[in-house]
Amino acid sequence: MTIRVIKPGMLTTLQDRGRHGYQHLGVVVGGAMDEWAHRLANITVGNGEEEATLEITLQGPTLEFKEAALIALCGAQLSAHIGEEKVPQHRPVLLRAGSRLETGNCQLGARAYLAVAGGYGIADIMNSKSTYLPGAFGGVEGRALRKDDVLATAESLDNLYPSLQQRLQASAAAFVAPHFAVDSVLHHMARGTQTVRIVEGRHWQQFGPVVQGLMLNSEFSVSLNSDRMGYRLTGPALVAQSETKMISESVAFGTIQVPPDGQPIILMADRQTTGGYPKIASVASVDLPLLAQMQPRQSLRFVLISLQDAQQLYLAREHNIRLVKQAVAQKQKE
Amino acid sequence: MERKAKAITTQLKGRFHPAGDRCLIVEFGQKIAPDINRAVRSLAAYLLQHPLAGVTDVVPAFATVAIHYRPEAIEGLRAGASPHNLLCEQVQAILIQGLAPQQGDARWVEIPVCYEGEFAPDLAEVATLCKLTHEQVIERHGASPHFVYMLGFAPGFAYIGGLDKRLAVPRRMTPRTRIPAGSVAIADELSAIYPLQTPGGWNVIGRTPLKLFDSTASPPCLLLPGDEVHFVAISMQEFQRMSAMQS
Repeated sequence: MTIRVIKPGMLTTLQDRGRHGYQHLGVVVGGAMDEWAHRLANITVGNGEEEATLEITLQGPTLEFKEAALIALCGAQLSAHIGEEKVPQHRPVLLRAGSRLETGNCQLGARAYLAVAGGYGIADIMNSKSTYLPGAFGGVEGRALRKDDVLATAESLDNLYPSLQQRLQASAAAFVAPHFAVDSVLHHMARGTQTVRIVEGRHWQQFGPVVQGLMLNSEFSVSLNSDRMGYRLTGPALVAQSETKMISESVAFGTIQVPPDGQPIILMADRQTTGGYPKIASVASVDLPLLAQMQPRQSLRFVLISLQDAQQLYLAREHNIRLVKQAVAQKQKE
Repeated sequence: MERKAKAITTQLKGRFHPAGDRCLIVEFGQKIAPDINRAVRSLAAYLLQHPLAGVTDVVPAFATVAIHYRPEAIEGLRAGASPHNLLCEQVQAILIQGLAPQQGDARWVEIPVCYEGEFAPDLAEVATLCKLTHEQVIERHGASPHFVYMLGFAPGFAYIGGLDKRLAVPRRMTPRTRIPAGSVAIADELSAIYPLQTPGGWNVIGRTPLKLFDSTASPPCLLLPGDEVHFVAISMQEFQRMSAMQS
């Protein structure tokens, strides 16, 4: 089975949950920016959560499905059509052979994830299908999708959602989809200023109370110079009271570094493995999907929570995903 | 949140710092020094060979080991328990039990370097700063007993210690936007080789024809932490010949 790229969109790359286990060699983790949407898309079509999805950025692609396919489009809200018909998001969609899926601009959020049942037939590089653009490896030849690329997908639909399959056979519609939908970070995202929870970083104390207050009481905006590597924020300069010579060490998804100009950088999926700037804070992992969905120029505020709370929120999120998975598994038999 | 790890059988004393809610950093000191880095490599080697449940990456740096983990997969997790505290206890137990020192088993890696022409845009400036001739810079770079402290910054980028102190020069005021793959550079008391073309602020004094990183090889990196590195000067002709053999 194959998918042909008619229009590639602004930046459409294959991503999975990242290239783990190679950071000690300097190899960047990468992976989906919004892990939540990525996992839900996979769960919806019956894939393992580690399977690759297409990460669609701001402006979506047009794809032609040669054979019937079961897909799910999660994450950012965008316009999606087959012919004249609007394709619903956050749920399984069974497409007829020859369907041309056209997606447009993201209306809310910045990244959508397209999963296809069975996954994409792309070879692993270091145990991952994630595309790492600066290193030009992973995914489709280490690059974003281009016009006329042909993506292979798995052969069978594993008899998921038998009632949907019957409905498609019995109707003349281009596709069929059920009424239920899975959760999305966007259900919690307003259009205005976002609130992002953080925990103290390694050098929080060194910044002193004045800078800590500035960080927690100011509004920052996501600069245009933000990408999969990091979000550069503009706002009041956060200059540490005491200058300490930093020694490079490992950094994580969500680490907030402050270079000498005082404008913080939040490290995202394609962050380098190590960094040498002071680390004022880290974004609570539970809020990384929200951050991944922020568009340039959107504003945010930080709220400080304890490490204990951040981990409990994270565990609660994991528990929720397990519940969604169970509920969807039930639907897949119907 | 900081705990002091006791070391009974060895000199390994680590301080524990959370780095966000999915990473624990164990710090063995606050400077770039071979003995601190040996402790770092001991713990990292042990954790890579004996993976703890839930740990996804173990990242040794100059003075710290970062342990990246999935909080939901830490062993012994019960309702209300702190994954961070559980992991601290497990790592502390490893430090207390004691670790084999990482020395004596270092690999010896020879890196051919052409220190000529366009490959060495900063050689003249380095020589001037150090009050040495070009030949003396090359000779001292080759004579130093180098070793790999850590990999980071880019895939396969090695921070290499042991540079002759007389070659210690600061980073360039304005980083270059494009440093070609294979460039051999120095800054402060370190050497490095750029595996991929990236921007960079180090002083480029030569280029190696060797491939430092290959995403399809196993391991993908030529250099690993703890490796002893010996830089050997080669001519432009040898460089061309070796480059042709690489591709």
